[in-house]
Amino acid sequence: MPLVELRDVTKVFPAASRHGSPVRAIDGVDLDVEAGDVYGIVGYSGAGKSTLIRLVNALETATSGSIRVDGTEITGLSERRLQHVRRGIGMIFQQFNLLRSRTVYGNVIYPLQVAGVGKDEAHARVAELLQFVGLAEKAHTYTDQLSGGQKQRVGIARALATSPKLLLADESTSALDPETTQEVLALLRRVNEELGITIMVITHEMEVVKSIADKVAVMEGGRIVERGAVFDVFSDPQAQVTRRFVSTIVDDLPDDEALARLRARHPGRFVRLAFRDPAVRQADVYAELVRRGVVFELVHGGIEDIGGRTFGNLTLALDGADADVDDALTAIRSRIDARELA
Amino acid sequence: MSAPTVVRAVDTNLGELWPLVWQSTYETLYIVAIALVLGGIIGMALGMSLYVTRPAGLVPSRTVNVILNVLVNFFRPIPFVILIAALQPLARVVVGIGIGNRAIIFAITLAAAFGISRIVEQNLVTVEPGVIEAARAMGASRTRIIRTVLIPEALGPLILGYTFAFVAIIDMSAIAGVIGGGGLGNFALQYGYRQFDTVVTWTAVLIIVAIVQVVQFAGNRLARRVLRR
Repeated sequence: MPLVELRDVTKVFPAASRHGSPVRAIDGVDLDVEAGDVYGIVGYSGAGKSTLIRLVNALETATSGSIRVDGTEITGLSERRLQHVRRGIGMIFQQFNLLRSRTVYGNVIYPLQVAGVGKDEAHARVAELLQFVGLAEKAHTYTDQLSGGQKQRVGIARALATSPKLLLADESTSALDPETTQEVLALLRRVNEELGITIMVITHEMEVVKSIADKVAVMEGGRIVERGAVFDVFSDPQAQVTRRFVSTIVDDLPDDEALARLRARHPGRFVRLAFRDPAVRQADVYAELVRRGVVFELVHGGIEDIGGRTFGNLTLALDGADADVDDALTAIRSRIDARELA
Repeated sequence: MSAPTVVRAVDTNLGELWPLVWQSTYETLYIVAIALVLGGIIGMALGMSLYVTRPAGLVPSRTVNVILNVLVNFFRPIPFVILIAALQPLARVVVGIGIGNRAIIFAITLAAAFGISRIVEQNLVTVEPGVIEAARAMGASRTRIIRTVLIPEALGPLILGYTFAFVAIIDMSAIAGVIGGGGLGNFALQYGYRQFDTVVTWTAVLIIVAIVQVVQFAGNRLARRVLRR
């Protein structure tokens, strides 16, 4: 049974003004998140991803559909019951949302106080958590004296205080610089691997998905338009919006401008080779070209490593007699996807 | 040749009025303290209600929000001198008498409550909505959020707001004399202004200024400690 299970969930916000129309923020979404997953949810602003994650801990209530978290149907529960459900789900935020009136210690102990954990036990738990996120020496510092990365580590410690099974991360690295982002992502990976906590990550940064997620769903207009294992989605994106996202970190085809520049520099026909299957070696493909007397140059593309698997999108300029090039392409196409650029 | 100008020593009764000065100072502090505490509590409740019933608030309720706003906006613009008179019948019902210190405390408490409610609301609006969302996400109840998030997070500006309200209440208490209330304001009008005794008037003024200074200083210090800046 999935840890989080959404079935045909919709969320309609009432019109903001008298003349406005209601906004369908989530439009018939099904989603399964298995225990142990790091599930990335990607989309541009307004795609509905923030609303989606808030439905999971009932900060927003669904207009229709079913939402089960750890076996409990949460739609239709009373506020009091929902408070109980929320205590078992951690959440971290883009702006950290720490209490400024409390120290690091005071922030991390807060959810334990809410959950009614005894003083001694709570104290020990906070010490353990601060150790885990590497902020033990900052326990009595007020949060406005911390760096962004430290604040998010406090946020993570606070979210983990009640030992939740599920952690919701809402753009948790978007306010951080690249180096700090890596630091926080590394911590989240430990949360998943060492503590076995399932994580749902909302982001518009593909780097984040690539770095920590196993699975990804791409949202647009309140719907999930594409989903799957991160490797599959990155190596072979289908939907237009997915391709745009993937292109932010994976070099696939050169755009029109780049293509024009390349054509001016390189003679011959341009072919994009997509290496997906680990059984197909690049060397063998190139050997086919050489065997037919086709001269080639690598003009565009890149090789990506995702979760230990590699794929490459390489554009080659092929120079040779047309018939030879055609022969070579036929031979290559039996092994990999080769697409000639117009 | 003009007649020589006679410069006389200032003619004042201050010497024999000192006991009354202290009596009046005590009365002012007494009126203001009670009104600040009662008005402060009611104002906090009103302001908190105004804040949490907003459309995106913790307990959104358009009806309650509109009613409270109309109520506050109804009383706030009434000049205090007129409010005292207007509230007299109500004072008789609530505190049993329409004149004197009890009636004036009643009037100030109400006026202060409405004023403070806006101060409280304005300060609560400055609390980051994300922090409230985080507390909700941790499963905190709404009353707990009010107690452990909203008030502590807004405490610095709230202290400054209440300090401001204190000064406003001192101002209101000066008019107590119109329904037979006491205090420094009444003293200044009765024994200073009406007797053409500027020294008495200014003695009362200086005591009021001293009280305001001390309270403002204490409020600033306390707020700075809470805000840590």
